[in-house]
Amino acid sequence: MAVSMTRITVLANPKRFLDYSSVLLPWTGGLAFVLLAVGLYWALFETPPDYQQHETVKIMFVHVPAAWMGIFVYSLIAGASLGGLVFRHPLSDVAAKSAAPLGAAFTALALVTGSLWGRPTWGTYWQWGDARLVSELLLLFIYFGYIALWNAIDDPTRAAKAAAVLALVGAADLPIIHFSVEWWNTLHQPNNTLVLGGGGIDPAFLWPLLIMALGYTVLFVWLWLLRMRTEIFERRARALMMAKGA
Amino acid sequence: MSAFQALLYRDMKLAFRAGGGASLAMAFFGLVISLQPFGVGPDLMLLSRIAGGVLWVTAALAAMLSLDRLFQADYEDGSLDIIALSPLSLEWAATAKMLAHWLTTGLPLVLLSPLLGLLLNLPAPGYLPLIMSLMIGTPALSGIGAIGAALTLSIRRGGLILVLIVLPLISPTLIFGAGTVIDAIEGTGRGAFALLAAFSVAVVGLSPFAAAASVRLNLAN
Repeated sequence: MAVSMTRITVLANPKRFLDYSSVLLPWTGGLAFVLLAVGLYWALFETPPDYQQHETVKIMFVHVPAAWMGIFVYSLIAGASLGGLVFRHPLSDVAAKSAAPLGAAFTALALVTGSLWGRPTWGTYWQWGDARLVSELLLLFIYFGYIALWNAIDDPTRAAKAAAVLALVGAADLPIIHFSVEWWNTLHQPNNTLVLGGGGIDPAFLWPLLIMALGYTVLFVWLWLLRMRTEIFERRARALMMAKGA
Repeated sequence: MSAFQALLYRDMKLAFRAGGGASLAMAFFGLVISLQPFGVGPDLMLLSRIAGGVLWVTAALAAMLSLDRLFQADYEDGSLDIIALSPLSLEWAATAKMLAHWLTTGLPLVLLSPLLGLLLNLPAPGYLPLIMSLMIGTPALSGIGAIGAALTLSIRRGGLILVLIVLPLISPTLIFGAGTVIDAIEGTGRGAFALLAAFSVAVVGLSPFAAAASVRLNLAN
C-alpha cells in the first residue's frame, strides 16, 4: 500500500507526469492501433456468424466494449474525484476533467451501436425493455451534467471541487439507478426480448471480444494522456498570460 | 427559538412572499397537467392509464422550479456567509433549507395532486397511493435538488445546469413513485412503495452532508 501510494504521489507532480507521459504516448497510441486492427479483423472476418443473429452479432464487438468503457471511465472519474477531495493531488482534477468527454463518447457509442444492433434483432431502434441500454442512457445524461458543471464555473479550483462532489454523488446513485431500471422492467413485463450480449458466450467470440476490450482501453489511455497533457499546457498558458497581464 | 427554526421560518416566509417560488410551482403543476390532454387527446381510457406517471413526472419537474434560488439568493446578498459563521452547522442549515423547500413546494404539490388526478381520470384505487407516494418521494427531490442547488450556487443562469444535474439522479424516485400507483391499480403488491421509502430515507439522510460540502467549497477562498 505504502509503495503504491508513493508511486501515485510521484506521478501527481505535473512536471514528472509530462515526462513519463511523453514516453508513454507513442507506445499507447501504437498499441491501441494494433489491438483494434487485429481485434476488428478477427471479429469481422474470422468469427463464424451466429446461428440466430447471423452477421449482426458482430456489432457486439464494438458495442459491448464501449458499454464497459462508459462505466469504467465513470468509476475512474469517481476515483480521481475522491483522490482530489481527500489527498488534494494537483493532477487528480485534471485526470477527472480530461476523462469525462471520453467516457461520454464511449457511452454514446454504446447507445448508437446498441440501437443499430437492436434494429435487426428487436425490429426497433430503441427498446425500453433492455435495462442495460436504459441505464447507459441515464449514464450519458449524468456525464452531460458533469461536463456542463465543469464548464459553467469560472474559478478552476472551485469547478474541480464541485465536479468532484457531483461525481461522487453520481457514483453513489448509479447502482441504485441501474437497479431501479431493472426493477421497472419487471413491472412492465417486457415481451421476452433478446438482451444484448446476454447469455453464455462462445469461446470463438470471446478472444476477439477481449482483444477489442483491451484495444478500447488502451485507446482510452492514449487519448486520456493526450487530453491531460493538453489541459496542463492550457493551464500553464493561462497562468503565463495572467502573470503578463498583471 | 433555535437557529434551525429561525432559518426554517425565514426561508418559508421568503418562499411564500412575492418573488418566492411556492405558488409558481403549484401553478406550473396544474397548468402542465391540464395541457396533457391537448397533447395525447381526450380519450379517458388512455388518460387513466398514463395518469399516475404523468402526475409524477410533472410533480418532479415542478419541484425543480424553485430550487435554483435555494442557496443562490443567500449567496448573492451575503446571508450565506452569516449562516456559515453561525453556530448552526452547515449540515443543519442545509437540512433546514431542504425542509423549507419541501414544506413550500413538495407538500403543496401533494395536496394538489388528487384534484389533478380527477382531471386525468386516475382510477379510484390510485388516489391514496398517489398521495402517499408523493408524500414519501418528494423529500428525496428536495434532498438531491439541494445538492444540485448548492453545487450551482455561484453560476449565473445556473438553474438550467441544476436541472440537467438533478433529473438523471432522481430517476429512481420517478420509477418507484409512479410504480407505486401502477402497483395499486393493477394489484401487483407493495414493492415499489417500500423501495421508494428506502430511497427517500437514504437521500434525506445523506444529502445534507453532500449539500453542506458543496456550500463549503463555494464559500472557500
